Amino acid sequence: MANLTLENIFKSYADIEVIHDVTLDIADGELVVFVGPSGCGKSTLLRMIAGLEDITKGKIWIDGRVVNEVAPSKRGVAMVFQTYALYPHMSVYRNMAFGLKQAKTPAKEIDQRVRAAADVLHLTDFLQRSPRALSGGQRQRVAIGRAIVREPEVFLFDEPLSNLDAALRVQTRLEIARLHERLATTMVYVTHDQVEAMTLADRIVVLRDGKIEQQGSPMDLYERPDNSFVAQFIGSPKMNFFLPTVLAKNAPSKFKDFNPEGRVVGIRPEHLRICDGESNLVSAVLERVEQLGEYALVHLLTEDGGEFNVKMDDIPKEPKGTVLHFQAKVEHIHLFDKESGKRIPGP
Amino acid sequence: MMMTDRQRELLKHRIRAALAWVIACLMFFPILWMILTSFKTELQAIAVPPLFFFEPTIENYVLIEERTDYLRYAWNSVVTSFGGTLLGMLIAIPSAYAMAFNPSRRTKDILLWMLSTKMLPAVGVMMPIYLICQKLGLLDTRVALIVIYALINLPVIMLILFNYFRDIPKEILEASQIDGTSTFNEIVQIVLPLAWGGIASTALLSIVLLWNEAFWSIVLTSADAGTLVALVASFSSPEGLFWAKLSAVSTLACAPIIVFGWVTQKQLVQGLTFGAVK
Repeated sequence: MANLTLENIFKSYADIEVIHDVTLDIADGELVVFVGPSGCGKSTLLRMIAGLEDITKGKIWIDGRVVNEVAPSKRGVAMVFQTYALYPHMSVYRNMAFGLKQAKTPAKEIDQRVRAAADVLHLTDFLQRSPRALSGGQRQRVAIGRAIVREPEVFLFDEPLSNLDAALRVQTRLEIARLHERLATTMVYVTHDQVEAMTLADRIVVLRDGKIEQQGSPMDLYERPDNSFVAQFIGSPKMNFFLPTVLAKNAPSKFKDFNPEGRVVGIRPEHLRICDGESNLVSAVLERVEQLGEYALVHLLTEDGGEFNVKMDDIPKEPKGTVLHFQAKVEHIHLFDKESGKRIPGP
Repeated sequence: MMMTDRQRELLKHRIRAALAWVIACLMFFPILWMILTSFKTELQAIAVPPLFFFEPTIENYVLIEERTDYLRYAWNSVVTSFGGTLLGMLIAIPSAYAMAFNPSRRTKDILLWMLSTKMLPAVGVMMPIYLICQKLGLLDTRVALIVIYALINLPVIMLILFNYFRDIPKEILEASQIDGTSTFNEIVQIVLPLAWGGIASTALLSIVLLWNEAFWSIVLTSADAGTLVALVASFSSPEGLFWAKLSAVSTLACAPIIVFGWVTQKQLVQGLTFGAVK
């Protein structure tokens, strides 16, 4: 159990700075998800916490102790890798026991801890197997088991579900959530998948180009994104952006002091509702319908050629090329500065 | 007559197989001729046209057995080629580990530079090395040969091991670092087991290369630490060219390593084709 603090962290490779002044406090027992597009520095940050990358500048504190110069094994962290990184030449049991053996833990205690972890992860029947003889999901559970037996202060997950198929991903995600509930240990979880971030996180940290764009609870980020990047990154399918010029003539009356100059309007696909031509906010030509079973994703083209999507429960009956009208509730309309992408306090 | 695609494929396959056989026979012929000659009398050995059918005699072998101490030379060959390989491996494994997993910007250059020393003609450093061995009292000792063997093979085995080690996923080593292994344990418990096949092939290749090494064994050894190669060389010079006896001693020099190569060929091929099939 420990809190984790990143204090003005910088990371450079040769002359290229990839992490720029990241400061972050993670409370004891919190599950924080780092999310962002590839190359945003989220994995680098995680690896710096693990001790696998040097810290160019700044301090990392774990449980009130600066760990910059502490070896990975002495930081009280355990890491689960995307590629599982199991020792292929050792049985499941030995994989899980390896770290404890290195720490010269008594054999009896090793056995206890390995069996307890195997029990939690339903791996008891596989203990003598080699990783080669396991499925991807089982391998990832072994990797998690290897982390658990070390009883770390902080769990680090580096895109642990990326190599699993869709169904397993959902299941393993659930297992990680349960695990967090049971252990109540601090966890840092890196992913590029915003669904994982939304479902698992106590707090999401959105990163871009080595900087924190925004942090907050999943719903915070969903409802009040600080900028257009976060707005598009969180939520699926991603938020639609409109130039104010394509909005219906009466639309500006919906906003207080609306000045369309240099603004972008953002509305999520699930927040647009079909309406008549009188109360519309935006109108567009029906271009394509993707039927996904539980809902339909309707693709539309505005008159300036911009594309946007609407999530609809029912497939529109109108043929392709028909003009449809949409509106949205005021609280679902986001305004951003066109240049900086920054959120403009709401209408 | 038109051939179907299948027939054409079959024909191509047969032509390739026949070609392979021809090349293999060409390559094997000198060895076969050496073995045949070793069972001839000296007169038969120089007969024109060459004799393919004759009454074999083992008198050459008997003579060698009487005149030389074959077993001692063979033992020297074993000790120096295995010893040189072992010493080389002891240096190369940690070095290749460092280069593969903690590379610097110059790692590739260092490897190339090491390899470039193989292009240096050995005769160019013969005098200094001879004098060093002389000063240290190491002339005609197996120790000198083992050290030199280890060093001359080092660039090649390091390059091969480096390539094998790089195939080990980095995450596995990182996981072991988080698990708290020391560098020594990391090499012994993780890297060696994972690269075992590659290490074995590299060692075999090194043994074969060292067994056949001629220059340094002839220069630095004579009666005490001489290897089989030196024995063969000693047969050719002082006594003129006696083909049958020379063939017999050559056969005796080659036989152990050919058998060794035959037994370990699967591993050996893997070592020779490293990087080619991944």
